Amino acid sequence: MKPAPFEYFAPDSLEEALELKSEHGDEMKALAGGQSLIPAMNFRVAQPSVLVDLNRIGELDYIEERQGAIHIGAMTRQSTVEKSKLIEQHAPLLYEGMPYIAHPQIRNRGTLGGSIAHADPAAELPVLALALEAEMQINSKTGSRKVPAKQFFQGYFTVDIQANELLTEVILPRFPENTGWSFQEISRRPGDYGMAGVAALVTLEEGPKCSKAKMVYLNVGDGPVDAVQAAESLSGATLDSKTIEAAAIIAAEKDIMPFGNIHASVEYQRHLSKILTERALSQAFERAQEQL
Amino acid sequence: MGKTKEISITINGEVHHSEVEARLLLADYIRHEADLTGTHVGCEHGVCGACTVLLDGQPVRACLMFAVQADGHRIMTVEGLAESPDKMHPLQNAFWEAHGLQCGFCTPGFLMSLIPFLDENPHPSEEEIREALSGNLCRCTGYQNIVDAVAMAAKAMHA
Repeated sequence: MKPAPFEYFAPDSLEEALELKSEHGDEMKALAGGQSLIPAMNFRVAQPSVLVDLNRIGELDYIEERQGAIHIGAMTRQSTVEKSKLIEQHAPLLYEGMPYIAHPQIRNRGTLGGSIAHADPAAELPVLALALEAEMQINSKTGSRKVPAKQFFQGYFTVDIQANELLTEVILPRFPENTGWSFQEISRRPGDYGMAGVAALVTLEEGPKCSKAKMVYLNVGDGPVDAVQAAESLSGATLDSKTIEAAAIIAAEKDIMPFGNIHASVEYQRHLSKILTERALSQAFERAQEQL
Repeated sequence: MGKTKEISITINGEVHHSEVEARLLLADYIRHEADLTGTHVGCEHGVCGACTVLLDGQPVRACLMFAVQADGHRIMTVEGLAESPDKMHPLQNAFWEAHGLQCGFCTPGFLMSLIPFLDENPHPSEEEIREALSGNLCRCTGYQNIVDAVAMAAKAMHA
């Protein structure tokens, strides 16, 4: 057996899980889809002494539309999100990004909440959540709070969840009007970690005039990287290939902070990010224009 | 030793009752407790796909699940594919005919990934086949014969 021994709980309800969390705190790791935690345990990089398995909590598996906002239970499988008509209709950016997450065999187990709570800088879901300005519903035995994605992601594998808390739901606000979207990623092979990737949204006021742009990047920083300066340069700008290229250069040179890795040097990650930004903004712009 | 837990898992239609430690991986359970050694263990971190099995009909990595998590669920392994020892599944036949394997270590994982794929995509294009294979690694064939085998199987199964 590879993982170190641990005490195992598999509660049927959220209430029981939160009770266990309040009792065990930091010693206890929550097991969602296990597609990151179990490999770490197999190599004994992670050796939690207590595991609370959330997979039997059916009440955390749902996708619902409420007044235009989409509420997704934290234990909803990635493959369920990927195939959801509601997501396709109300969160097209998320829908477009889902197939980039690893392979179908992984998405069949991996969960939406698990990946977001794990906050791997190379993962797609934290990027998509930040781009869509998602809110995280966090619960403990004694309380409940909502945290905007911007505050939720706090750096390298770090999020705003306390030892006695669990992420229970992800809320996507109503998709804005006159807004186009695009998700672009380049990896060595389909399903591999992206060497760079971007989720982009473009909102048009009228004609080619952009009222708001948002670009969030993967694997080029210590978490999902929001290109604030590049987005600012597009606010109020008339979009064309020149303004798009200028913004892409700002994003690639100023906003992102790539570390480089065995697959891609820092320079190459910047190069890819620039190209992908241009592609993403052009596609998002086109899609926004179709809605005017 | 950690505490043990009683579980019952239906593998290839047969119910297996066991008492296992929570840390026992499903892949190791299938091989060592259920004695079904067709499921192979390669990288043990979800990359190679050799341990792929069907959990309630969907392909998953058996090395990225604990056996206790499969309690009450249905598993299908490569041993469940052939109707009888002398009558292989059409997908197995196609791998044989197209020489879709050399050492064969990765083959059970490929087969289990492809069963639901061919159900959902009865007439896949070559590009779709290649994408479907991307979650399984083969170090012998160079994949070309595997791609051919899948195309052949699709024809045979959905003629």
